[in-house]
Amino acid sequence: MSAIALEERLAATLARLILDPSAPPARHIAVGAASPIPAAACWLVKLMGNPVRLSLLHKRSGNPFTEGTRELFDLTGQGRIDLFFLGGGQIDGQANLNLVGTGEWPGMSVRFPGSFGSAFMYFMTPRTILFREEHSPRVLVERVDNISAPGVSPPGVFRRGTAQALVTGKCVFRFHPDRARFSLDSLHPGETVDSVRAATGFGFDVDGDIPATPDPTEAELALLRGRVCDEMVETYPDFCSRVWGRARAA
Amino acid sequence: MMLPSVDALAAQIPDGALVAMPPDNSLPSVALAKALIRKGARRLRLLGVPVSGFATDMLIGAGCVAEVETSALSLGEAGFPPRFTAALKQGRVKVRDATCPAIHTMLQAAEKGVPFMPLRGIIGSDILANRPDWKVVPNPFAENGEDPIVLLPAKQPDFAVFHAAMADSEGNVWLGRRRECATIAHASRQALVTVERVVEGNFLEDERMAPGAISANYITAAAIAERGAHPVALLDEYGFDSAYVADYARAAKTEEGFRAWIDREVFGGARKVAAE
Repeated sequence: MSAIALEERLAATLARLILDPSAPPARHIAVGAASPIPAAACWLVKLMGNPVRLSLLHKRSGNPFTEGTRELFDLTGQGRIDLFFLGGGQIDGQANLNLVGTGEWPGMSVRFPGSFGSAFMYFMTPRTILFREEHSPRVLVERVDNISAPGVSPPGVFRRGTAQALVTGKCVFRFHPDRARFSLDSLHPGETVDSVRAATGFGFDVDGDIPATPDPTEAELALLRGRVCDEMVETYPDFCSRVWGRARAA
Repeated sequence: MMLPSVDALAAQIPDGALVAMPPDNSLPSVALAKALIRKGARRLRLLGVPVSGFATDMLIGAGCVAEVETSALSLGEAGFPPRFTAALKQGRVKVRDATCPAIHTMLQAAEKGVPFMPLRGIIGSDILANRPDWKVVPNPFAENGEDPIVLLPAKQPDFAVFHAAMADSEGNVWLGRRRECATIAHASRQALVTVERVVEGNFLEDERMAPGAISANYITAAAIAERGAHPVALLDEYGFDSAYVADYARAAKTEEGFRAWIDREVFGGARKVAAE
């Protein structure tokens, strides 16, 4: 097999987090806009034979929602979506997400796209996996400039869950809502605790020796490059072409 | 049946109107957006249901828009919307940020004719801090009187604008499962719809067509615009033209590039396409 692409490693890492037996079960996963790597992770989980329902918002043919996009939020409101993925232009040490922008509201310094459904999904989904490939002090900040969705809520505010983990291009962090802090969980190849610290704007916990993020298995790589790519090419043609050299569908 | 032209439809939308539009994965009428640019629309308030894309950026670039209320603005894989980003920096457009389910909920309240609806989540977000029109109250059904919850006001757009696959002889339109367009049409005072074609008959008499139809009750007028969603996809009829959007994103990085692009694709291009 050829060298493992970072995208493949990240997809396999997300897949392991989805299947984490210590987390609430992921029977129904929704994947939002512009999320090819999380989508690849979900397809990997499913095509490995795990019983999971995937609702891909941006799937053009066979889209799961027949009542329009509000159906995703209605399902989530009822607790019928178990897992969702979120990212952020800024993510801080308390797992607050900023998808609006930096500087004064509404992002007068650098404007990001906007909050999408984050201010609802982050509360109403039993668990969220945070994903942001860029791992730098400008993304992972001590305190976000603007909060699209808070990582933790005061007692009395209805909330089903929050971040399970944050996966970046350098490492995996676990989130601990009880103390509103991340801890370092594993390091991708070439990274050290110090290199991650240097690239991270927020403080995080390091308990004992930090293991390496495992490589995807041969079986996972074969699935990613074959059937996962087959499933994704309609929705993410540019991604499939860039990572797997798959020609755009006619 | 004689239908108005797309430009005649655009002429019905006065300056300053609140216009609701679906995003790039759900049947925006790019043809009507281009007609609004040709008409020289001004001070429009756009509502992205629940987010905004290509048509919104184009309208902002052409100076048609005073304010956009939305949960996000994006060109998808082509990146940030360049004309919105520039206009925001220069203070030429206001953005009222929301979150997707809040926009659906405000429209659903209007559909039902009730003044507000509650929604979970949002508490602790700066979106709420910047929305004086959204309120937090204790859940009146909670036993201890606590359990704060957000109330959202009903939002009734002046116009729903979207593209559908077809209209029938009775003025019903059909767009399959993209039911957010039905919500927008139900909630709005008027709905202006472009369609690929008009067919004989009545969708409401056909059990298989009726669930994907929007009754003529809600439709003010429809116009034929072939490939009227382009560069956005239309159901299973045509795909997303990512090369066109990427070309727009490159051109619209500068004011001059954008002007040249709309001269070609909105003004000149319209005549060229019509002649083909």
